[in-house]
Order: sequence, then structure tokens, then C-alpha cells
Amino acid sequence: MAAKKPSAKTTSSNVSAEELMTYYREMLLIRRFEEKAGQLYGMGLIGGFCHLYIGQEAVVVGLEATAEEGDKRITSYRDHGHMLACGMDPNGVMAELTGREGGYSKGKGGSMHMFSKEKHFYGGHGIVAAQVPLGAGLAFADKYKDNGRVTFTYFGDGAANQGQVYETFNMAALWQLPCIFVIENNQYAMGTSQQRSTSSAEIYERGKAFGIPGEAVDGMDVLAVKAAGETAVKHCRSGKGPYILEIKTYRYRGHSMSDPAKYRTREEVQKIRDERDPIEAVRTLLLTGKHASEDDLKAVDKEIKAIVNESAEFAKDSPEPHLDELWTDIYADTIPQEA
Amino acid sequence: MATEILMPALSPTMEEGTLAKWLVKEGDTVSSGDIMAEIETDKATMEFEATDEGVIGKILIAEGTEGVKVNTAIAVLLEEGEDASAMDDVAEKPAETPKTEKKEEPSQAAPTEGKKQPKPQVDTSPDWPQGTKLKQQTVREALRDGMSEEMRRDEDVFIMGEEVAEYQGAYKITQGMLDEFGAKRVIDTPITEHGFAGIGVGAAFAGLKPIVEFMTFNFAMQAIDHIINSAAKTLYMSGGQMGAPMVFRGPNGAAARVGAQHSQDYAAWYMQIPGLKVAMPYCASDYKGLIKTAIRDPNPVIFLENEILYGRSFDVPDLDDYTVPFGKARIWREGDDVTIVSFGIGMTYALEAAEKLAEEGIMAEVIDLRTLRPMDTPAIIKSVKKTNRLVTVEEGWPQGSVGSYISSVVMQEAFDYLDAPVINCTGKDVPMPYAANLEKHALITVAEVIDAVKNVTYK
Repeated sequence: MAAKKPSAKTTSSNVSAEELMTYYREMLLIRRFEEKAGQLYGMGLIGGFCHLYIGQEAVVVGLEATAEEGDKRITSYRDHGHMLACGMDPNGVMAELTGREGGYSKGKGGSMHMFSKEKHFYGGHGIVAAQVPLGAGLAFADKYKDNGRVTFTYFGDGAANQGQVYETFNMAALWQLPCIFVIENNQYAMGTSQQRSTSSAEIYERGKAFGIPGEAVDGMDVLAVKAAGETAVKHCRSGKGPYILEIKTYRYRGHSMSDPAKYRTREEVQKIRDERDPIEAVRTLLLTGKHASEDDLKAVDKEIKAIVNESAEFAKDSPEPHLDELWTDIYADTIPQEA
Repeated sequence: MATEILMPALSPTMEEGTLAKWLVKEGDTVSSGDIMAEIETDKATMEFEATDEGVIGKILIAEGTEGVKVNTAIAVLLEEGEDASAMDDVAEKPAETPKTEKKEEPSQAAPTEGKKQPKPQVDTSPDWPQGTKLKQQTVREALRDGMSEEMRRDEDVFIMGEEVAEYQGAYKITQGMLDEFGAKRVIDTPITEHGFAGIGVGAAFAGLKPIVEFMTFNFAMQAIDHIINSAAKTLYMSGGQMGAPMVFRGPNGAAARVGAQHSQDYAAWYMQIPGLKVAMPYCASDYKGLIKTAIRDPNPVIFLENEILYGRSFDVPDLDDYTVPFGKARIWREGDDVTIVSFGIGMTYALEAAEKLAEEGIMAEVIDLRTLRPMDTPAIIKSVKKTNRLVTVEEGWPQGSVGSYISSVVMQEAFDYLDAPVINCTGKDVPMPYAANLEKHALITVAEVIDAVKNVTYK
């Protein structure tokens, strides 16, 4: 492989080698997982819509680094990265993508609809922006129970134009809900660029009308994301109400697998990959800071590849759900409540 | 090890495509993300990226080839350091066909429906024990008492909606509740149905038991995405991990003189959705007993009330904890000549018609469904087997009505017992007019119910 000269930069700070290595590993897991998912899609093993997170890895990895046990997260249909980052099992995620019994939703949810009560991951929602009031509702429950937890509510720049977002901002501010609204601005709402769909460029400022503080963050820099996340979490956890983070990121792949991506040039994508790739940036920090050797990183690559390959094998071998599953989980007799 | 690069499926429906152009040649080194080829489908030309790193060992399908089936090997990728001989193994191997479809074992025959159980029994037990002390209460009071009892019983129950707290309820349903339970549990919302319905569903995902009041169900159309996509479907989509234990309630259907946008009956809409339960009570005791059951139910419940009924008084049993189960119809009058099935405010027409018909010697059996999902169809079938005639009564529109569903059930399960076609008395197939005389005609009338009964009894 012809090694590309990484020129991506990241904020310098007193970050430990161990921490950098964790981010490298977590981001790489998402990327390799998504590449594998793309491959399985190409083979016809994954059906329907499949929205890959490649390019946006630093967003969720940086924010998860600020979460505590019991904090909640909810997102849209581009959800594989969020699930891996909050500790869900790659096997269960991949098997859901292939629609198998071993998937997180027993094969009944698919790429866009996965959940984990155990990891406080509340989906995986297929309707653009629906997760925004739902996330505020999770935060409402935490405030009601006065348990000190916060909710990360992720949505895209496209969703930021939905009316329900502003209904939610209003109530979240009014009721001081511990909710971090994370706008993952990857610049394209499906195929429509932000310039062509959004009247004001600074989405983070849209909370101003409701008194919600917001800031823009370089989403290709995992350390910058983490630093901003810490501010937001502190704000929310201290009872000051919601906080908006507009994280400027970029998706390398199409909106979904079937998107030919003709609305942007190949050069535009390539330039970001070459110059701003979040994984390359951490890799550079690790190498230049002498925190790790090429061999160390190769070992990590190998380890990640093994995890991802295992998840693909699991997802292929797990049986399709039994036909009786068609009729289960429509109504609950009893729903286990959270402790 | 050398691996085959397969023709990818680039959309949910793609089966074959044209390999329009190779952007790499044999001997090229590729890494993950590099664009290798352009593939044309019937909809678009797509770029095809490498997912592994390696060296292109051999191109198997020339550019310009049309009709290349998905999963055909189109090239061979060598790992770094491998030479061309590694390709020999691959070339011999037939292309792997992914095992998406598996042979179905005979035992895997699709179960037609979990619910097709052998002949369900009709529950005809009385709603309260004989001798129970009764008190007169309005629907409004009974509903409030039911909710308050459940809020005393369970800290996780709260109510949110427009004007539910300080104003004491737009229709005074929540009168006194703010005083008793405080602003934490009786919450005024801004006028923002889509938003607060979604917040309610999110709170339910996290284990609370919200009662979301809509000032009327007409406004719930703003929130219907959350009611259906978020509340009703999540238990299924999560494989049973989480759902929405909550109640959406408020007045439904026509009030008086409020025109087309404030007068719609949504019974048939919500009744259609798997994952929802739907109650539409008529009398005060059912309002009380069913709202308590609805709040305790671990599923999203649509509770359809009626503004005109709010002020009507009925007997309510004076019991500490009176509940009414879902899926159990109530027989208000027994009779042998015809079955009239209704629910909610439709019962006022059904009962009045039955009274007048009795004066003429036609004895109608009047069934109040009380809940539409689950629906006590066994009670309907049992009655029809006795009377051989059926009239349904509702205020909603005729096409896709509750009555049309009941008709189809009766036709399938009691066809041989019918001595006349079923008649569905419904609201007229028009938006609700404002003018008093037109509005009266747009709704169902007692005279129409009487006519329908005479029609099916050939009197």
C-alpha cells in the first residue's frame, strides 16, 4: 500500500498516549466495520437502506469519551458508529444489518432501527429529526428522576431544518432539560448542500432565540470534539439546561449505499480524505509524539480487522429469525423498567 | 490470500449492471476507499470503491460489459507481496453465492396469525359485583378521578398537554390536579403537538408513564408521526427491548358547530395500527375503568373521548380501584331481533333508536365495544348468531370505517347466520359543515339507525 502522507492536523494538548490509542482504535473500528458493511451490502447480504458513517468517526468517539455510565444517546438512521462507540457488540450490530436472529433487534429492525437498553442507546430512528424530541424526552425522564444523567441527541444538518427541532429547543430550554443537541453537520442533506438548503450557515446559533448556548466544533479533530463535549456535558449536568454542539464533519460515502453522489466532485471528497481525515490525524499524533510505532499501529489494525471479520462471519452464520418472530413484540405484557 | 472482487449490488433492487469503466489496471496498488470502477445501473452511474488493500492481480470482466450479474467475480485482488500464482486457487473456485435465502424447514410454515386461537370465549361477567354502591358522576369527573387515582398509585405517571395545569384543562378534565400533584407532574406545554408528543414518547422509552393530552385529536395530526412511527412501532423494531408505556388522550369527533377542521372522528385511523391499543368509551364508569387500565397498560394507548359526553352523568361504582379490561364489550340491552354495535358517542344514537324500536315491538341487542383494538369480535359474532341481523353505528366517515371492518369479520365468521346484509350507519362522506342544519345531517341520526334496523329486519 502506498502510504499517504498524512497532513491532517489536530489540536495539541496534554493528551496521554493511552487516550490517543483508544480514540485511534475506536475510530478505526467504526471505519473498518463500515467498510465491511459496504462490502456485505455489495454482496447482497445487507438489504434496504444502509447509511455509512465513514468520515464522521471523530464526532461520536470524541463525545463518547465524555459520557458517564447511565448517560443516554439517540440518533438518526446513520447509527452504526454510535452503537460501536457506546460499546455495543459489533457482532450484534452486523447481524442486525444482515437481518439475522443474532442482531440487536432479532433482525426485525435493520440498519436504521437498532436499540440497546443495556448501553442506553435509544435508536436508530428512520424519520429525519424524530429523534430530537425523543431525545429531549429521555432527558425529561432524567430530570424527572433527578438522576444527574445527560442525553446526547444526535441529528444532521438536514434534520436541523425540521420544525420539530425548534419545538424541542423551546421546551428543552423552558424546562432546562439535560440534553446535548449534537448537530453532525456533514454538509449535505442527502444530495442537497447546506448552502442550497439552509438560510444561515451557522446552525449552532439557532439556539440563541431560545437562550441555548451553542458552539461550532471541528469534527475532524477528535480532541476538539472531546473538549467541546466536556463543556457541554458540564453545562447540562450542572442543571443549566440544554447545549448545542454543531460539529462540522464530512461523510466520504454517499448518503446511502445507492447514492451515486453526483452533487459533489470526487476531488472534494479526496481533498478531505487526504488533508483532514480524523483517523490519520490521530495516527500522526501517535507517531510524531513517539507514543506508538508503525508496528504498534499495524498490530491495532490487525486486531480491528479480526473483530470486524468475526462480526461479518457471525452476521452470515446467524440464522434468519424464526417465522414465529413475525408475531412477537407487537405488544408488551410487561416492560422491564430501568433500575 | 488472493480474493475475488465481486460485482456489487449498489441499490436495494439492483440485480445486474454494466461495468462501464475500470479506473485501475492490473498491477495497480489500491487501498480502502480508492475508486476502482464505474458501474452503471438503470438509475445511475456509481463509483465502486475498494474495501481492502492490495494489488489488482487480474481483471476478469472487461469494461463496457453489460448485464453483469451481482456477485459475479470481476477482478482478483492480491495481498501485498503475493504473486500471480496465488490467483490459481481463486480461479478454480466457483463464485460464492451468499446465503441470504435458506431452505425453509416444513415446520417453518408461516404461522397465519398468532391470534387465530380456537374459539375465544365471550366474557359476559358483570363489570361490578351485584350490590355495589353506585354514585352519579359526569364523564368529566370520572375521567379525572381515574387519572388521579393512578397518579397516586404510581409516581412515574404524569400528565402533559396544553392548558392541563394552571387553566385546569381546556375542557376542565384536569380540574384540581395541579393542586394535588404539583407542577412536576401536571405540566402545561406550549402549543406544539409534534414536539411534546415526541418528548412524551422519549420519556416513555426511558421508563416514565406519560399521559399526553391533546386539546382535541384534530391537533394530534400534527403529532401522528410520533404516535405511530415512534410510539407504536418501537417495541417491534427493538426486538422487544423498549416501548412506549403511555396514553394519548383527548376529545375526538364532532363537538358542535366547530366546522371541518375540529370535528373529525379518528377511531378508524388509530384502530388500524398494530402496536397501538384504542379505547373509545361511552359512559362514565367506562371512562374511569378504562383510563385506569390504559395508564397501567405497558403499550401506547389511544384514548378517544367526546366533548359532548363530558357533561353527561352516569352510574359509577363506588369502589376503591375500579378497572375495566380492554377487549371486553358491554351489552347495554338484550334483544332477539337485531344486533346494533356501536362505541363512544355512537352509543347515544344506538340506545335511543333501540328504545324507540322497542316501542314498535322490535327488540334490539345493543353492544358497546368500549375498545376498538383489541376488539371484542366474539361478542358481536355471538349476538349475530342469535339475532341474524347487524347494524353498526359510528360518527366517522363510511369508507374504511370501523363498521366496514366489523362487516368483514361477521361475513367471514358468521356468514351463514346472516338473514340480511349488514348496514353501516356512519357520518356522511363530507367534511363537517358549519351551518347548524347541515351539521345535523352530516352526522348520523337516530332516524337513520331506526331505518337501517327496519331494513335488515324487513319491517
